[in-house]
Amino acid sequence: MTEQERIHCEEVVASLLEYLDGELDDARRVRIEDHLAECRGCFSRAEFERALRSRLQALATAPPPDSLKRRLKAILDEF
Amino acid sequence: MEHGSLRSAHQRGQSGRDPPACAIDNRTFFTLRVEELADRLYGVALRFTRNRAAAEDLVSETVVKAWAHLPQLEDRTCFEKWIFRILANTFFSQCRHEREETLAAEEDEDGFSLFDRLHQPFLLWWGNPEQELIHKLLCEDLDRALGALPDCYRAVVVSVDLLGHSYAEVAEMLGVPVGTVRSRLNRARSQLQRALWHQAQAAGLVSGSRDEGDAHD
Ligand SMILES: [Zn+2]
Repeated sequence: MTEQERIHCEEVVASLLEYLDGELDDARRVRIEDHLAECRGCFSRAEFERALRSRLQALATAPPPDSLKRRLKAILDEF
Repeated sequence: MEHGSLRSAHQRGQSGRDPPACAIDNRTFFTLRVEELADRLYGVALRFTRNRAAAEDLVSETVVKAWAHLPQLEDRTCFEKWIFRILANTFFSQCRHEREETLAAEEDEDGFSLFDRLHQPFLLWWGNPEQELIHKLLCEDLDRALGALPDCYRAVVVSVDLLGHSYAEVAEMLGVPVGTVRSRLNRARSQLQRALWHQAQAAGLVSGSRDEGDAHD
């Protein structure tokens, strides 16, 4: 791995989460994507962060308890 | 449509354009969408508040506010994003005074990375360590790690990771600069991954490791 490539990996690691958040401008996003297409290490890292995030996203859903269902029904009925 | 006053307010805002969205009246639309989203409204409220009673209050307050502001929602296809913004805003305004306290205490979080820990040379793994960990983590593990974050950190993680809000949106809701959102998010994720690592060790999920993994903590 050349010196330049290593610096590039560090750059990718540093902005990976922002990349996954969709917060990078097009130029930086494309640079990261190009790198991910070629670098197995960074690609695995990105996959891991993505997978962890999708596990976390499952926490966004929880069955509402009956008490809340009744309360919502009462609220909605009043509208 | 029986909701005369609301409807006329709605129509005034639309000055001439009569969208097909009006084919179904506001009340029916609202009720259907709220019922459909109840699982997510409660789930997100629970992650924000970490307390069932508080989560129920937050959802109820959100629904009441959303109904009151429905005439301002111009595009019904944006309802989901819109009501979750109301939920987040309501939560943020409730905990605004608490936020300040936690800030001073949380300074040096060094960018802990689960991925790096799993790839330490002394770990004895066969196969793919990160995939294995992802599969073995339970929802309770994730919930506990998320719940252990200070309120102001958990709020940004829930907003960005669970709700998909942009940094700018969260910054606006919290009334802080975008840079603050970015740094809180980095620290929050670092703490979250550290907590997951410790839980994984305690549960024996990273049994191939020796204790050196903790040496730097
Ligand atoms: Zn790389």
